Amino acid sequence: MTSAANNHGLRKALSGCISVFTFICACLVVAPLGLVFIHLLRMGASSVNVDFFTHLPAGPGEPGGGMANAIAGTLVLLGLACAIGVPTGVLGGVYLSEFGSQRVNWTIRFLCDILNGVPSIIWGIVINGLIVIPLKSYSAYAGGLALGCLMIPLVMRTTEEVLVLVPQGYREAALALGIARWKTTIHIVMKTAARGIITGILLALARVAGETAPLLFTALGNSFWNHNLREPIAALPLQIFQYAISPYENWHRQAWAGALVLVAFIFTLNISVRFLTRGKPVRV
Amino acid sequence: MERTQDIIPLPKPAGPSAPPETPAPPALRNAFEVANLDVWYGQKHAVQGITLNVPERTITAIIGPSGCGKSTFLRCLNRMHELVPRSRMTGSILFFGEDLYAAQIDPAVIRRRIGMVFQKSNPFPTMSIAENVTVGLRLNGIRNRAFLRDRMEQSLRMAALWDEVKDDLGKPGVSLSGGQQQRLCIARAIATQPEVLLMDEPASALDPIATMKVEELIHQLSRDYTIVIVTHNMQQASRVSDKTAFLYLGRLVEFNDTDQLFTRPREKQTEDYISGRFG
Repeated sequence: MTSAANNHGLRKALSGCISVFTFICACLVVAPLGLVFIHLLRMGASSVNVDFFTHLPAGPGEPGGGMANAIAGTLVLLGLACAIGVPTGVLGGVYLSEFGSQRVNWTIRFLCDILNGVPSIIWGIVINGLIVIPLKSYSAYAGGLALGCLMIPLVMRTTEEVLVLVPQGYREAALALGIARWKTTIHIVMKTAARGIITGILLALARVAGETAPLLFTALGNSFWNHNLREPIAALPLQIFQYAISPYENWHRQAWAGALVLVAFIFTLNISVRFLTRGKPVRV
Repeated sequence: MERTQDIIPLPKPAGPSAPPETPAPPALRNAFEVANLDVWYGQKHAVQGITLNVPERTITAIIGPSGCGKSTFLRCLNRMHELVPRSRMTGSILFFGEDLYAAQIDPAVIRRRIGMVFQKSNPFPTMSIAENVTVGLRLNGIRNRAFLRDRMEQSLRMAALWDEVKDDLGKPGVSLSGGQQQRLCIARAIATQPEVLLMDEPASALDPIATMKVEELIHQLSRDYTIVIVTHNMQQASRVSDKTAFLYLGRLVEFNDTDQLFTRPREKQTEDYISGRFG
């Protein structure tokens, strides 16, 4: 009897220890996010001002200057990436969920998952070889294409996942009303899952917004405004990279500010996803 | 209630629209003539050699234990079974004399003439009550707002739902109770004014009062529509239908007038089933 009681006490103590340990681990997981954010704020907040959003970069040693061209460049690149990644990804997801035979779908899904695992720098090199070298110019198009290619498998899989969750009864009900298959797919199935599809797109955007490697070989970067999408374009991650490896103190400060703005942008995208899916599972 | 002029131009067989007070009413045409129907799902032989005629403007009930092929049979009547992968069918089904499975027939066009109500009510969650009713018209190209409005009210009235929802037409269809949702689905199905309504256990998920309402509604609708209803509830079949088919293990055991089948079944299996000895 006593031994059982002792055992019980021991087990309780052990359980308590493990609980505390797992809690510490959970804190360790989230801690870097807090540290990164605090550090970025400390190093970068002082340089984030109106000039930062409205001025071109200043030369080394000059005071002031901003990253207006890089911010605009990132938005342009994300726009191009969406133009390529969203229709391809969403329609691919629709095919997987609504059409395609089982065997074909299995193959596509498998290849898609491999694509998801391809390091982003590989995309940069591939697009460099396919677009930049033949056209003899780094360009915004090439950068957008590289980011778009990164988005495709992400968007495709999330689209498929949310479409599959739309109950079969809705498809049947629409088809039984004599509504054509494509109209059923667009107006009933995709509309029902619209929230989930948009969530997938935003998450993919947040994922590629901070990509640097694929842009090194495609968009290249630019210290001035880009007036032609067939020419190199600036991007926040590129600008941060360039400034951070430079030897100039004021460029370092700008790099911190750029990092802060980039993280805040991605943070905002994620918050809007939370807002979209508030109180519900991702579907419907 | 009068059926208004069809606005969707559909190829309809020219038929006499029965004048109200004829001394000898014209014999009822057959809405469906099913001959030697066999259906397989992969290896499973779900429907085996069914031959029967469904007369127009009557309620035909299909009864039988679970898995006897009654839903499959019903789904062959509007080609919905084709949505199941690896399904295969032989035999012929004529719809008012027209081959339902002829190569030039578009299943979508045929389904506008043959409405369907499902076991589980399924109003579209992205649409309001009003939008749910008119969706079949809108997505088939009808834009006239006044027409849609009238047809919506008329369909909801026929489905005995108008008085309950007329002030909430903008609310989501899924905000209604289960029984109301099912009547909404019936309103949606009759809004396109099909010639036939197929019902797949339309009341099996409803409470007794909602069931009663749906049954009353079916009875009302039978004046204008040909109705084929699948049910596992024999009392329901005997209450609402004119003719009853009893299916067992994919075969048609007996098909007769409902009162005949329930009072003087010709087959031993039918008698056993309706007296509750199996199934």
